[in-house]
Amino acid sequence: MDLVQLQRQFVDYKTSLYHEGFLDEQFTQLQELQDENNPDFVVEVVSLFFEDSERLLNELARALEQQNIDYKRIDAHVHQLKGSSSSIGAQRVQKVCIAFRNYCEEQNVEGCLKCLQQVRHEYSLVKTKLESLFQVRLPCRREIFFLSKKVLP
Amino acid sequence: MLYQIMDGDYGGSCGGCSEDMTVEFGYEPHVLAVDDNLIDRTLVEKLLKNSSCKVTTAENGLRALEFLGLGSDQRNSLEGTVSKVNLVITDYCMPGMTGYELLKKIKESSVLKEVPVVIMSSENIPTRINQCLEEGAQMFMLKPLKQSDVKQLKRHLMKYRS
Repeated sequence: MDLVQLQRQFVDYKTSLYHEGFLDEQFTQLQELQDENNPDFVVEVVSLFFEDSERLLNELARALEQQNIDYKRIDAHVHQLKGSSSSIGAQRVQKVCIAFRNYCEEQNVEGCLKCLQQVRHEYSLVKTKLESLFQVRLPCRREIFFLSKKVLP
Repeated sequence: MLYQIMDGDYGGSCGGCSEDMTVEFGYEPHVLAVDDNLIDRTLVEKLLKNSSCKVTTAENGLRALEFLGLGSDQRNSLEGTVSKVNLVITDYCMPGMTGYELLKKIKESSVLKEVPVVIMSSENIPTRINQCLEEGAQMFMLKPLKQSDVKQLKRHLMKYRS
């Protein structure tokens, strides 16, 4: 695949993620933070998000299984998840977290369980999408330099 | 992404300003960034480093106070010393000690009270914002932070220093 096709594929896929609401402006901010000194910054931060979110989702599941549900604790976890998803631009995950917090406030266990299911779903969707995106990620500037040397006579 | 500035200046674009804090300050300002969320801590650190700051991070208020020399076992150890940091930027919602409580502790210290403290929050609650500003916070910033927020912060700090 030549360089132009690769670039186009990356851009098209990324654009579709914005259109479908998976990513928002904040993801663009993340990309702008990446530079030659930290060429893998976006992948690193997103990986941190994946790890941290898995932990939070497990904690949430456990907390909702308890006899006496500690809604404050659940709210604290959802607040964390809302914060991190917002920080990386995972918009759909963030939106579910907002609804989740409302159910916590109402101490509505059914609502909370429903939201947990939804947030799990949105989380795995965005995870899959981002993993695909990074597989077709734009090579860093150094790679483009070498690639273009090869591709162009 | 609103932020309130104590001196009533809502900032505007500053076309002539250099992007590099080193040029502005003549040195790298040392910032203490406090946030219990790992992703946010990573982000704020990068944002600050991109603006030529030296950054120390802390995951909660207690660790922050220890770093500043205000830990519970460090009473009076700061007498007559100069603050290690030029700015503290802290999240509001943290378990244990909130950003507001951390702000109060810093402002109560004779050595550290002049250090500007910026509060960050994902929630835009006017009473919270006012409470922080009244307690002496330099600025209140909404998360998620962007590079332009840090640039605005830098411009504001320049005015504060002069």
